[in-house]
Amino acid sequence: MINLHHVLTLAQQGPLLVRPGANEAAAAVDAATPHSLVNLVYLLAAVLFILGIKGLTHPRTAVRGNLTGAVGMLLAVLATVWQLDLLPIGVAAVAMAVGAAIGWFLAVKVAMTQMPQFVALFNGFGGLASLLVAGAETFAGFPGALNRHESAVAAGLTGLIGAVTFTGSMIAAGKLQELDAFRKPWSFPQQQLVNAALLSLCLLLTLVMAGGHGWPYWLIVAAASVLGVLLVVPIGGADMPVVIALLNSYSGLAAAAAGFVINNNVLIIAGSLVGASGLILTSIMCKAMNRSLANVLFGKMEIASDAPSADEVYGGKVKATSPDEVAMLLDGVQRVVIVPGYGLAVAQAQHSVRDLANLLEQRGVTVEYAIHPVAGRMPGHMNVLLAEADVPYDKLKEMDEVNPTMSQTDVAIVIGANDVVNPVADTDPKSPIAGMPIIHVDRARTVIVVKRSLSPGFAGIPNPLFAADNCLMLFGDGKKVIVELVAALKEAA
Amino acid sequence: MDLITAITIFSLAIFVGFEIITKVPPTLHTPLMSGSNAISGITVVGAILAVQTENGWLGSLLGFIAIVFAMINVVGGFLVTHRMLEMFQKKK
Repeated sequence: MINLHHVLTLAQQGPLLVRPGANEAAAAVDAATPHSLVNLVYLLAAVLFILGIKGLTHPRTAVRGNLTGAVGMLLAVLATVWQLDLLPIGVAAVAMAVGAAIGWFLAVKVAMTQMPQFVALFNGFGGLASLLVAGAETFAGFPGALNRHESAVAAGLTGLIGAVTFTGSMIAAGKLQELDAFRKPWSFPQQQLVNAALLSLCLLLTLVMAGGHGWPYWLIVAAASVLGVLLVVPIGGADMPVVIALLNSYSGLAAAAAGFVINNNVLIIAGSLVGASGLILTSIMCKAMNRSLANVLFGKMEIASDAPSADEVYGGKVKATSPDEVAMLLDGVQRVVIVPGYGLAVAQAQHSVRDLANLLEQRGVTVEYAIHPVAGRMPGHMNVLLAEADVPYDKLKEMDEVNPTMSQTDVAIVIGANDVVNPVADTDPKSPIAGMPIIHVDRARTVIVVKRSLSPGFAGIPNPLFAADNCLMLFGDGKKVIVELVAALKEAA
Repeated sequence: MDLITAITIFSLAIFVGFEIITKVPPTLHTPLMSGSNAISGITVVGAILAVQTENGWLGSLLGFIAIVFAMINVVGGFLVTHRMLEMFQKKK
């Protein structure tokens, strides 16, 4: 049996770091041992991860980037398995086969509409795996560590971040799946005080671990698990893009912390990359809502008491329309902009919308899609849904690109979006969405809003757009209404 | 590797992350997230090593469970990212 501690100690020293006094023959033997080779493979894997993530940020290189990351992972796993004895290889192989089969099954089965909860679930699994790795090391008394006090602190932090990631992600996934238990944001008085207390407890227990005790680890995990639940439970559906991006970042940081525990570079590097990427996405999402991260996590949506009520805004001014009427209106127009929101995903209307756009394009109409950065329940959700429905991605326009063209637009069709087209964001500085960048459909000649009812969006405020002179409401289920509209258009032709 | 070396690597890697991810088009937000999530499954390396810990079956058991979850993350993450990116690609 190869002694793992010995193996790791050798591996960490590497071939180039010759200790003072070590004779050259011994150094040569070190350099020739397979374990310095293992570390070189880890370095190669880390480089491939960097190239992979870089590739994922450009449309032309994204597929290659993803494959590059996968090759890096394969190399890292092979190099790791190679260090094991025969029996553990068998055990690890069984576990890997089980995990790979489940992962493959889920990835093939998942519908694009379910992508947000899928990613949330996987973030959670990453956090759980990292906390279990640190837990195993705690039982083993940190065999891989040069300094067990430092490793104990790293383990405590891994337990903290990993457990928050795990339970927080499970709650987020439950909310996104619209499970009844998580449907309503839930909070209690002094919640932030309790959160602060739990966090302090975790950090205190980490210090106890530094003194050479293993037992506080599972207490940290328990307290952090509660903390993860309490942090995510009060957050509403429309803020989920921020939460998922943040949990994505945490799952990377948990892996990096686990890297400190077992003294492994590739974990530290890969984990930090993911941590950075998640943070960048988090900040993009916060900017798109004109809110700070603290406000999303801890703030409440406050509605000013003197804000106009729904009756005052809508009273007698909302005009309902029918698919036939809209079909007539679309006759002879030149430019149509479609603004999809989460309601499109709920109604699974992306394919019918594509049919509508194709029909209009056959008649020489220019059709574009205006995508708000926080439309949907995760960053980029709308783009994925429309790509699934074969909408070419050069038709998807970013908010800043489409807004200047709104005044030359004949008809804007809003499907299942509300707050992201609410002009109040610009006009009322006291509104909860004040300052949030919006898509200016109100500047189009005519706005058609496809919506089930006049119920408010996540911000809980009425939308004066619906009462505007140039706005027509097409009430009903998104998919059904669009299918009827397509039929009416064909009939009219 | 001592603590300072590890922290140095950690800090530099964070900077590398911020530098290489400059401008992400919204189309790639979801794939970047699921792809980077697969990479955070690197913790599988630690899980595999944990199976071999000398201190008893409990550590190995935790390692086993950790491998399963990390592998779900790795295989599912890369595969679903590939699925999404292919949808974007076929319409060129």
